[in-house]
Formats: sequence, C-alpha cells, structure tokens
Amino acid sequence: MPSLQFPLRDTPAEAPALRAELRAFLAETGRDWPPMVPAYSWMGFDRDFSREVGKRGWIGMTWPKAYGGGERTALERYVVLEEMLAVGAPVGAHWIGDRQSGPLILRLGTEEQRREFLPRIIRGEMAFAIGLSEPDSGSDLASLRTKAEKVPGGWKVNGRKVWTSSAHRCDFMIALLRTAPAPDPKAKHQGLSQFLVDLRSSGLTIRPILDLVGQDGFNEITFDDVFVPDAMLVGQEGNGWEQATAELAFERAGPERYLSSLPLLTEALNDLRAEPAAPEAVGRLLARAATLRQMSLSVAGMLQEGHTPAREAALVKDAGNDFEQALPETIRGLVDPARTPPQVLEMLGLMTMVARSYSLRGGTREILRGIIARQLGLR
Amino acid sequence: MSDIRDMLVEQVDRLLSDRADPATLRAAEAGTWPEALWAEAEALGLPLALVPEGMGGTGLGWGDAAALWQALGRHAAPIPLGESMAAAALLAGAGITPPTGLIALGLPGEAIAWGRRAGHLALAPGGEAALHAPTDWQQGRGLIAREPADRPVLGAPLAEGRLPGAYGPDAALLAGALLNAARIAGALETVLLMTVDYANTRKQFGRPIGGFQAVQQLLARCAGEVAAAGVAVANAGRAADRRGLAGAEFEIAAAKVVAGEAGGTGAEIVHQVHAAIGFTDDHPLHLFTRRIWAWRDGAGPERLWARRIGDAALARGGAHLWADLTSRDEEPAA
Ligand SMILES: Cc1cc2nc3c(=O)[nH]c(=O)nc-3n(C[C@H](O)[C@H](O)[C@H](O)COP(=O)(O)OP(=O)(O)OC[C@H]3O[C@@H](n4cnc5c(N)ncnc54)[C@H](O)[C@@H]3O)c2cc1C
Repeated sequence: MPSLQFPLRDTPAEAPALRAELRAFLAETGRDWPPMVPAYSWMGFDRDFSREVGKRGWIGMTWPKAYGGGERTALERYVVLEEMLAVGAPVGAHWIGDRQSGPLILRLGTEEQRREFLPRIIRGEMAFAIGLSEPDSGSDLASLRTKAEKVPGGWKVNGRKVWTSSAHRCDFMIALLRTAPAPDPKAKHQGLSQFLVDLRSSGLTIRPILDLVGQDGFNEITFDDVFVPDAMLVGQEGNGWEQATAELAFERAGPERYLSSLPLLTEALNDLRAEPAAPEAVGRLLARAATLRQMSLSVAGMLQEGHTPAREAALVKDAGNDFEQALPETIRGLVDPARTPPQVLEMLGLMTMVARSYSLRGGTREILRGIIARQLGLR
Repeated sequence: MSDIRDMLVEQVDRLLSDRADPATLRAAEAGTWPEALWAEAEALGLPLALVPEGMGGTGLGWGDAAALWQALGRHAAPIPLGESMAAAALLAGAGITPPTGLIALGLPGEAIAWGRRAGHLALAPGGEAALHAPTDWQQGRGLIAREPADRPVLGAPLAEGRLPGAYGPDAALLAGALLNAARIAGALETVLLMTVDYANTRKQFGRPIGGFQAVQQLLARCAGEVAAAGVAVANAGRAADRRGLAGAEFEIAAAKVVAGEAGGTGAEIVHQVHAAIGFTDDHPLHLFTRRIWAWRDGAGPERLWARRIGDAALARGGAHLWADLTSRDEEPAA
C-alpha cells in the first residue's frame, strides 16, 4: 500500500508578526459581527471587507509582483487563511479567487487573462464563483451537460449550473463546460473545457436559492445562448477535467476544511466552565483540532513545494469535516440554555444547521472516502 | 538528524520483522521471555538510546524515541523496550547513570510488563527520579495484552536525583503516554495494511470484499484515523524535543487522546472487515488489536489526558484559545 505521509511543517518565521497584524485588523473590523458572520465565514460575502483585506496585501499573496501579488510563501498565506477562519471572517468575496480561480489563471491562463483578472482579484474587487455542479451532475461531475458550441469568435453556451455559491454577488465564474460530446459513456471525462464566464453576460440568468437557514447562499444559473469569447477559454480545449481536478487539490487542501465551526468553541468556552463534562469534551476537541492543524499544514507544505497532494487533501478534508461537524453537537451537549448568553445560543443554532454542508461542499464524504480507498489499493 | 532517525527506524523494523513473528508473540504471552530479541536490541544499543553519550548512551531525543516506539508498535514488539528506554532517559536526566539490562518504568497504579525480568526499576514522581532494585515482584498477567504484568516489592532506592525543570512533576507519565500513543499509531498502521490485504483477497458474491463500497468507506475512515494518530505522535515528539516533556504536555496529551480514539475506531473497523476469522485465536489480528486496547489505558486513558487539556483551556478562556493553539511552535512577535 502506498501509504499517505504527512511530514510535519513549521509555520514560517514571519508568522508571529503576520498574526499580530491580522489579529489587530480582525479585532477592529469584526467587533460588531453578528453570529451569522462566523456561521457562514467563507460562504459569507462582504465586498468592503474583501477590499480592506486586499489593501493589506492578503489576497494573491504568493502571486508574482508583476500582477500585484506579494511573492510570499504558501505557508505565509496559510497563516493568513487560518487567522481569518479562526474568527469566521466573511471572506467569501475573495476566497474563491484567491484559492482557486487566480491560481488556475496564473498556471494555465493567457498573459492577457492574467493581466485582466489577477490584479483585480488581488485588490479584492473581483469575486469568483465555482461553476461545476449541475442539476443532474453532482458527485458524478464528469457527466455534466452544459455545453459550449464553437461559433465565430467564441462559444455559445446552453444549459444549467446549480448550487453556485454567491454567484448572484460575484463577477465571474470559472465554468466547466462540455465542448465536445463524450466519445462513449465511459470516456465522459473527455471533451470538457474551462471558461471564464462573465456573470453579467446576456442570456445568463441567476436565480438565488434559499438554503435551509433561509439565506440566499447559492444559485441556479441558466445559460440561454450565452456568448463567451475565445479569449475566455482557460488552458487547453478538451483538457478541462485534468485542469479542474488539479484545481480540486487547492479547493480541498485548505484549513477551511476543519476550522468552519471553531469560532463556536471560542465563543462558548467561558460559559462551559460550570459544566462537569466540559473539560473532557473540550480536551478531545482541542486534541483533534491541534492534530488536524498539523495535517493541514503538512498539505500546505506539499503545495508550497509544487506538489499536487490531491489524495492527502481528500483525507484531511474528510477527517476535518468529521471534526467540524461534530463540534456543534458536542457544544450542544454541554450548554445549559438557561444560563448561556443568547449570542452563544444563536451561533450554536446557526452552526448546527450550516454544519450539514461541510461534508457536502467540495466533494461529499462518500466521494472523498472513495478516493482514499483507491489510494489504499482497494478496487 | 532525521537521517539517523530513518536509519534507526529501519534497523528496528528489520530486527522486529525477523524476531517478532507471531510465534514469538504467542510464546511471550504464555510467559516465555523473547531472549534473542532482547539480546539483539541490546546489541544495537537501543535500551540506552535516549541516554546522553557521556553516560554511555546514543543521545537521541524524544522525537527519535517516538519514531522508534511507533516501529515497536508496528510489530507489537513483545519486549518492554520502550519502557526501558524511557526509564533510562529519566534516570540519566536526574544525573543517575542507568544500569545495563532491562529497566522497568514505574507508573502510578500500573502493573509493569515483564517486571520480573527487570533488574532495576525507575520511578519519577514529583520531579525526582529514583533507581530501585526491587527485592521481589508480585507476578500477574495483563487481562487484555496477556503479557506478564508484575508489581514490584521495593526496598530503599539505590540512587535518587532531581530532574531538571523541563521534565516537570510527572515526567514518567508523560513519557509513558508518548510511548503508548506511538505504539498505538504503529500498530494501527499494521492492522490497516493487514485489513486492506485481506479485503483484496477474501471473496464473497464472486468478488473481493474490498470492491464493496461499504467496506471501502470503513477502511478509508480507518486510514484517516491512522494518519491522525501518526501526525499527533510526531507532533508530540517534536514538541518534547523543543520544550522538554513538561513543555510538551499539551501535544503529548493530544497524541494520547487522538491515538486512543483512533485505536478504538481503527480496531473496531479492522475487526468488522475481518469478521469471524479475525475473532479467532489462530488469526494474528488480535495480537495487534489486543495491544492497541491495552495501550489505550497505559499511562492514562484518553479521558484523563483530555481533561488536562480541557481544564487548561477552560481556565484560559475563549479569548486565548486560538492564540494558545498557534503560538506553541512560534517565537512571539517582537
Ligand atoms: C453549501 C454548498 C455550497 C456549494 N457550492 C457549490 C459551488 O459554488 N459550485 C458548485 O459547482 N457546486 C457547489 N456545491 C455542490 C456540491 O459540490 C455538491 O453538492 C456535491 O458535489 C454533491 O453533489 P449532489 O449534491 O448532487 O449530490 P449527489 O451526487 O446526488 O449525491 C447524493 C448522495 O449520494 C452519494 N453518492 C453519490 N455518488 C456516490 C458514489 N459513487 N458512491 C457513494 N456515494 C455516492 C453522495 O455522497 C451523497 O450522499 C455546493 C454544495 C453545498 C451544500
């Protein structure tokens, strides 16, 4: 069995100073955030906040200076991410661009695309959505049918995307589209391509879908003869599947896959002091959090070295999702509603609901475990 | 440093592959001391590996120890080598030159594996370390691990010394917790491998059971736990190298909690996948899983260590939680 290795990593020497800056910024900016903000964190959306983050150089930190990036290390960026997540900052307006769309453009985009998009992402001005899922294609993503047909000067797109987080507030979407029919049902991974789609294109309709909390978090997007110029193809035509799966290593690798509910522990902790069962339960949570943090740092280190740790990322995401989902339930088992401040109860209630999404978004638990099982050598 | 570690781990893995076969493990459980294995471990200088070179040892650190102990766990090594290494390290820490031969490690309330074979015993309560030569041993046997487990009859100590502050007031318990966590992490690696192998060969309904998604999902979960245990142990070893045992209390506690939980979940899964054959005495699976269960309780169960972490965090309060978690391996900003 080629077992997965997670060599330990240290955070970079710059970390303490960077943390101090971030903590000062977040303490000030986040003073009046209602519980809804940390409950949604990177699924939340706040352009003003993202612009402020951009001003401080915390978006596109690792990208070349030529595009406005910081040329800092992936592990410095990691420190910024975990500080943001630890307080549940509303990072959604720049999160996707910083995490995956920007890196994709940097890696495979044309020079024009880089110059067009990267500086705006870095300034926190351009928000990206992820256009993968469709009504009939969820886990079986490669079966997707939204198609782009060649027309003079570009592509004509027809079909539907769904669950597209924050699309109604975003500017662009990286869409995985079918540019050629699959040669046969077993080869459905062929004939897919990635495009930069302007969400204000004519023929493109965005319909918000309320989530179970009642928030307009995600959307259905209908393409009705939407024209996408040739210049908006990303990478190679027909190579979309390989490109998108490499992107998934970035999408799944980050600390947002275990930290989503941590702000609840921070918020609730002082009110658990009278509960006799709290020390053991809290201790177990912290033991896990510290371990997941090391696993997550290890994956960040692999990315820093230019590897594509897709399987390691799948394992850490799966283990992390278990933790972040268990956390609200554990806290619920410890709080006495009669003696707990409404602020804490509200965050607990919200996270109890939102937590269901952790093991769905970015690949379900079952799909991740399928990836791990194949890595183990099970067929 | 890490090259030496890898080399040693490889040596120990090789030694145990040769010498710690299931027959030896079973004989040890029936009370036969694996003399050949112990002799080779001594010939490699392992019992004194953590003792400074000036005192006749190899001068390895806790991180190296954790990696070696994990290797012991991978093979369910039927000798208390890890205990003897830790005992020698504590004695040396207190300025007492460790004797040669097997040294037992005394932990509060616990019977000592193979105490009867140990010429000496190290105790380390309250920041002191003491070397004893027990006058006798009350012989017993571990209920779950089945190994000889004995309790010493003590006379006056042969030597006593103070441990430096970095060892803290319960150095033996911390070293024991790291040892047991590491062994669990190692044994989990082995049972996962065994079970993947089994799932790929055992056929039902005309196909290997490893082809069934239900089985795949279980083993994927198990792999996540195995990875977590390994990372928690490595992190604890690194922390102890940097800050001493007492300074690594959080990481060691976390390792014992995570490895203990992983041990419970992992053992449950590998038995489920092996089904009846794995429940037999003949099958080697239980040589590992019984030890995992026993090691979970060694040097304190998860509950005890979780409480230590939780008590400290609750006392510090929510405002410090994240900062405390992230500052442990970082120099404070100037
Ligand atoms: C909050 C949230 C935000 C999201 N944001 C986005 C976004 O921005 N962009 C985007 O493209 N998508 C987004 N998604 C969609 C997400 O990627 C999908 O929900 C996910 O891929 C699963 O697809 P599905 O919901 O169609 O479930 P299905 O694929 O229909 O799965 C249903 C159930 O069957 C199981 N299952 C399916 N196939 C298998 C199999 N082979 N083996 C075992 N079990 C299987 C699944 O694990 C699941 O339990 C979001 C989802 C959520 C919840």
